[in-house]
Amino acid sequence: MTLDFTPVWQGWPQLVHGAVVTIEITAASLLLGCVLGLLVGIARLDPSKRLIYGLATGYVTFIRGTPLLVQLFLLFFGLPQFNILLPAFVCGVLGLGIYSGAYVSEIVRGAIQSVDRGQMEAARSLGMSYRQAMRIIILPQAVVRMIPPLGNEFIALIKNSALVSLLTIADLMHEGQKIISVSYRSLEVYLAIAFVYLILTSLTGLLLRHMETRLRAGGVVQ
Amino acid sequence: MSAIAKPIVEVRDIGKSFGTHRVLNDVTLSVQPSQVVVIIGPSGSGKSTLLRCCNALEVPQEGSITICGADLVKNGQLISDRELNALRMQVGMVFQSFNLFPHLTVLENVTVGPRQLRKMSKSQADVLAHELLAKVGLAQKAAAYPATLSGGQKQRVAIARALAMQPRVMLFDEPTSALDPELVGEVLQVMKTLAREGMTMIVVTHEMGFAREVADVVMVMDAGQIIEAGSPEQVFSAPQNPRTRSFLQAVISRD
Repeated sequence: MTLDFTPVWQGWPQLVHGAVVTIEITAASLLLGCVLGLLVGIARLDPSKRLIYGLATGYVTFIRGTPLLVQLFLLFFGLPQFNILLPAFVCGVLGLGIYSGAYVSEIVRGAIQSVDRGQMEAARSLGMSYRQAMRIIILPQAVVRMIPPLGNEFIALIKNSALVSLLTIADLMHEGQKIISVSYRSLEVYLAIAFVYLILTSLTGLLLRHMETRLRAGGVVQ
Repeated sequence: MSAIAKPIVEVRDIGKSFGTHRVLNDVTLSVQPSQVVVIIGPSGSGKSTLLRCCNALEVPQEGSITICGADLVKNGQLISDRELNALRMQVGMVFQSFNLFPHLTVLENVTVGPRQLRKMSKSQADVLAHELLAKVGLAQKAAAYPATLSGGQKQRVAIARALAMQPRVMLFDEPTSALDPELVGEVLQVMKTLAREGMTMIVVTHEMGFAREVADVVMVMDAGQIIEAGSPEQVFSAPQNPRTRSFLQAVISRD
């Protein structure tokens, strides 16, 4: 058997287009995941606030305990039963964002709890409210510690985004499958797709390492 | 020191337990303006807890505390969060472990309080901070980050940070206990200057020399109670309570 990459070269513009969609959908769900994760992570700091803590914990438990594919299908095929018809792209972003938010929230919670208790005490003893202390003193220190685990999460999100191809979204995976369906060159095209994902994840890794170095140079280090 | 002045800090019959362990047992004390009260006693005697009650980092389950006449804790009930934040601005706190903000420069550590809480402009706050840093002998460190400072320098910045809120009273929780011996003096020197200038201070410490030299009142705590209080001469030269005597013997023979 010989490898023939001709379909890949011919379908290259299609793959690039798919990669752009993958980047868009990942970026949008990343943003959603970070916002959700921040809120939920903070909500899970204080078990004595029962309602908020309970809701946040329920969310994390459900999302982490069920397959992402099931969650995506619930949004895309389940919601229409209530006459809620969301565009595929929106379903993809919502599904990935909500999924990622659960993991980000644990990263946020862990990072905040790793900041020395004395920092909160010092801030509060100046007269800051809990919120001010969080915003001005705790979170800036916690963010630096979040970067390495967030990097892993971002990379996982890029890879997980391949599942949205099943919601008819024309992402990298989907475009690749279209090429395969006319060329029957599965091995070559999947190798090409894997290579493009590898480039995306590697670039993300580099970018995050760069950010971390810069933040640490700014004195934000224990 | 006038007898009719309103006390800056008044603690009445406070009690606190952690589980079954009684850390504070009916403690009462009153601190007049410009008074320096030094609290000594064996570890675990409740002196840090007492001090931390004075700005509600710990909340007593019984009794009351007022700051400059305003309630902080009333019959074991803490005031609302909003009132608490306002009252804490009147009370400066210096911690054993400094607790400087590592992501802010020395200058920003000092200005963050006045800027965020007193709504001071950046330029005003910078002027104030430079003054205070000069006062603690660290004018040249304004742009440095805390990680680059020695322990003694960190604690002096922490004092400047607390002073920047222009508090009515300063609480010191074993401010020199985490320092290398050769760095203790520079911190005590700053505290002595503050005392001379008339700052009201409550100091928990093991520095008997400082207590002897600076304190107006020395209080000895043991097992959650103040077992003895008086002038340094009274407490150090003629202690009444046998537990005070054994504590002082242990501390002084170590020196």
